[in-house]
Amino acid sequence: MNSKHNHPTDEHAPQLNRRSILKGIAGVAALAALPAALDACSSSPATGSTSSASPSSSSSSSSSASSSSSDSSASSAEATTAGSSAAGVAGGIPQATGTLTIGSNYSDPGVKKAFGSVADAFQSGSGATVKVNTIDHNTFQNNIQTYLQGTPDDVFSWFAGYRMKFFAAQGLASPIDDVWDKIGDNFSDAIKAASKAEDGHFYFVPIYNYPWVMNYRKSVWDEHGYKVPDTWDELMTLCEKMKSDGLVPISWTDKDGWPAMGTFDILNMRMNGYQFHVDLMAHKESWTDPKVVAVFEQWTKLTPYYQTGANGRTWEEAAQDLQNKKTGMMFIGAGQAGQQFSKENLPDLNFFAFPEINPDHGTDSMDAPIDGLMMSKSPKNKAAATAFLEFLGTAKAESIYLASDPTDVGTAKNYDESTYNALQKASADLIAKTKNIAQFLDRDTRPDFAYPIVQNALQSFITNQDPKAVCQQLETQAKSIFAS
Amino acid sequence: MTTSASDTRPSALREAPPGPARKKNRRTASYIFLTIAAIFWITPVAWTLYTSLRPVSDTDAHGYFSLAHTLTLENYQNAWVQGDIIHYFLNSVYITVPAVLVTLLLSSSAAFVLSRFSFKFNLTMLLLFTAGNLLPQQVFLAPLFKVYLWITLPDWLSSSGHLYDSILGLVVINVSFQMGFATFVLSNFMKAIPTEITEAALVDGASAWTQYWKLTLPLARPALAAMGTLLTIWIYNDFFWAVALISTGSKYPITTAILNLKGTYAVNNNLLAAGALIIAVPTLVVYAVLQKQFISGLTLGSTKA
Amino acid sequence: MSSSTTTATTRPTRNTRRAHGGKLRRLTRRDGLVLGLMLGVPLIVDLAFIWGPAIASIFYSFTDAQGARPVKWVGGKNYHFMATVDYEFWPAIWHNVLWLLVFIVIATPLGMLFAVLLDRGIKGSRVYQSMFFLPVMLSLALIGIIWQLMYAPDNGLINNLIGKTGQGNQIDWLGDPNINLWAVLVEATWRQAGYVMVLYLAGLKAVNPSLREAASLDGANEWKMFWRVVFPTMRPINIVILVVTVIESLRAFDLVYITNGGTNGLELLSAMITQQILGAGNKIGYGSALGVVLLAISIGPIIYFLTVQFRKEKQ
Repeated sequence: MNSKHNHPTDEHAPQLNRRSILKGIAGVAALAALPAALDACSSSPATGSTSSASPSSSSSSSSSASSSSSDSSASSAEATTAGSSAAGVAGGIPQATGTLTIGSNYSDPGVKKAFGSVADAFQSGSGATVKVNTIDHNTFQNNIQTYLQGTPDDVFSWFAGYRMKFFAAQGLASPIDDVWDKIGDNFSDAIKAASKAEDGHFYFVPIYNYPWVMNYRKSVWDEHGYKVPDTWDELMTLCEKMKSDGLVPISWTDKDGWPAMGTFDILNMRMNGYQFHVDLMAHKESWTDPKVVAVFEQWTKLTPYYQTGANGRTWEEAAQDLQNKKTGMMFIGAGQAGQQFSKENLPDLNFFAFPEINPDHGTDSMDAPIDGLMMSKSPKNKAAATAFLEFLGTAKAESIYLASDPTDVGTAKNYDESTYNALQKASADLIAKTKNIAQFLDRDTRPDFAYPIVQNALQSFITNQDPKAVCQQLETQAKSIFAS
Repeated sequence: MTTSASDTRPSALREAPPGPARKKNRRTASYIFLTIAAIFWITPVAWTLYTSLRPVSDTDAHGYFSLAHTLTLENYQNAWVQGDIIHYFLNSVYITVPAVLVTLLLSSSAAFVLSRFSFKFNLTMLLLFTAGNLLPQQVFLAPLFKVYLWITLPDWLSSSGHLYDSILGLVVINVSFQMGFATFVLSNFMKAIPTEITEAALVDGASAWTQYWKLTLPLARPALAAMGTLLTIWIYNDFFWAVALISTGSKYPITTAILNLKGTYAVNNNLLAAGALIIAVPTLVVYAVLQKQFISGLTLGSTKA
Repeated sequence: MSSSTTTATTRPTRNTRRAHGGKLRRLTRRDGLVLGLMLGVPLIVDLAFIWGPAIASIFYSFTDAQGARPVKWVGGKNYHFMATVDYEFWPAIWHNVLWLLVFIVIATPLGMLFAVLLDRGIKGSRVYQSMFFLPVMLSLALIGIIWQLMYAPDNGLINNLIGKTGQGNQIDWLGDPNINLWAVLVEATWRQAGYVMVLYLAGLKAVNPSLREAASLDGANEWKMFWRVVFPTMRPINIVILVVTVIESLRAFDLVYITNGGTNGLELLSAMITQQILGAGNKIGYGSALGVVLLAISIGPIIYFLTVQFRKEKQ
């Protein structure tokens, strides 16, 4: 649960999941390459093919390319299909009838509105009646398993990563390869890979993503002349300086149980690298490994610069403290921070990638979770659900969403980056140039390990500051959980 | 509570009478204690009320702990509209009203049978009912969840197609859970109704149903009123069942919808305070108007048994 | 149903009983059917939704039921995990015990004290009573919200009153695991004391006034009179209050759930069960095992209560 709940952020990111895939990025480069598809409706089929060619160029990875090579080879053909089908339809929105129900965790006002506008667009374009069932994001995430076994809506909001695959493996979601036949062209290989479960089928359609970064207010930094730190030592110096300037250097919150996971992830990836993160999440590495203990030890060095009382503060409150200039920076999803800022203050929000700690790994990895939708196991209105997901998998739908949520980035590679504000642009750029993209601790590991075990362990670490104890606590329970 | 006086052995009766001055001191001490306690008791609600009456601009500028520069009902209006409160109120009504009526009907009929007739297992059954209500709800959560998924319903009864995630499901669990206590209380009450009344009716050839419906229920009216008030508040205030058995946010009763409202109101304590007080209104009305019934419902259960 | 009615009602039990024997014989077949339904329907509902699931959870507790996957019998593994691996379990048990202790040592006596003081007919006793009773009417969820406004580290009334709102010195009432349970217990006491007060007042009103008069004529001071005369007469209500106290502390859930979901110092058995069953892992088997523990703990006081209550009936 983490970030997910919250909302949104942008879309374009790529991601990679735990498998080391790569990152590809659809990000900026891709976007740039593919101009316009976003106007979705109007877009010409040709765009699709262009785009398909470009993504790999931006990204790196040969390995990723190869893994999805079949997808990409098919893409040009698909593009045509997609284009033509779109052409036959009003505004590019597939037609549907009946009532479509959508389970949504977009519960805070801004994202609720953004998601509502996507639903409205589909309703008016497709002819189907859309009912959005909104549930408080923390509650939704917590109850997802019971929700899915119960009487889920036709489609529901969720996140890429291990937990998506976990549901797919239990048969709690429907494969949507037919949807991807239509929308495949709109996405990079990395995004495609992140949308598939272990069985090789697609289960997920992304809307947007956002990087986990250090957020700050430009005006505050300008006023004090702070510079973005590139290394851990510079970060420490900066914190010291902020302290002497009367600022609390870092907003700190973990009442919701997930924000601290983001800090753990980034420290772990900076110190031990992306692959270690993946293996640790799968419990192929031990939590009592000295490398993990070292992460917690490093973490204690940040404590003097944190706000006190993290376990009693919601992330929304912590973000408000950043906005209100009580704190100097905050490590959280760029989209999440942005969403808590008022319209007037939003242009003042900026961020930087967490500084390097271990030169072996530089800043080559980060969490950039992808949020999107899945189809439940037996939707009542499958035709409409399919049509909706097809619509959603377009740059146009993403742009409708992002119009009301200007802090996340689109995931479609043909997203029109010219509509981005500076923050979105920076997010897209960062995602594009980061080699390894993780989803987030709670999306990358077993749900019953993340909650309540990791949540509790981190909360008690925040209070007790005892690296060895927290590692022991995690390892003991991981052993048992992963054996079951 | 009917232990009679003869049971007790007033023993320590031989102290010197307290002087009037001492008595007075003691009285003053009680007042002081009660007044301090009352202030402590009322402060949280008063603070919430105060917060709810202040515009955000005021609290942003001066902090929450400050004298209000303006007081307004604006937060109430915004909380009402943004929280879609009327919708959740109606959900609560759809859950509470049928649940209370059905609970009263089922428990009074069971209580009637158990109190006016003797069967071999009377006591066992009364025990079963009573104990069921004393269990912590979480004890039977997991299988209940499965049962709720297993029972399918036609669409007109439940849009989810199951007892799970339906208003009806909440009615059912509230009835099942509260029935035990109500049966216990009502059967005690009914036992106290003089048997001569029903016996006379029997001579006239009244059926069992007539005895229940025409004779016993009217006599039990005070108990039913008290029970009804108590059940209304309990069911309206229930938070857990909707968390456990409802997955559609728009079906939440208002008490559980607080969870959603916290998000909807974002980081705005003024709105949250206003929303909280709006939600409390029905209970506060009962508090003002029916406090006596409510209290007698509570004490019926205790004093009686 | 004022307390006087209440008192009146208990006594006739014996008459009723006498009358029973004769009645049944006069029932017609149709009456029999009607009575069967009148008792049968509530009974079935009770069994289907309360007792059936309660017993089924014992069964589930020996399985690894989780999510939608097939259920496998695992014997005592869940219990073993709970006792030896789960870092939340023992704290939860301890917190439940602490909750109970605070109720027994503070909340309940406080409510009794309110009742005794108010029962002496002091001026304004209605007003005091209404104030103490107010929290009993509010839902626990709402109480949780109201107190969050009191406890908020920066904006809450309490920290502002004591001047602890700054970085470094502010008290994180609901977030600091060393104190948050106490903070929540204050909320719980705020409600429980009013509840106990009302129960006890009703009991006190029913104490035969002549008894007290006799005692006070004899010069017993109030303290002694209470303990030696009134308190023993109130044995039945004392038992009720004891049971209410125990049951309410085992049931405690809403306050911690609304505060932080029942983690970080606020672990309680009820909240753990809810997290396990409804939470991300959907561990029905493990959650059921925790439920069985809670059942085992609850059943003692429940049986005690029922025995005491129904023994009277039998007499």
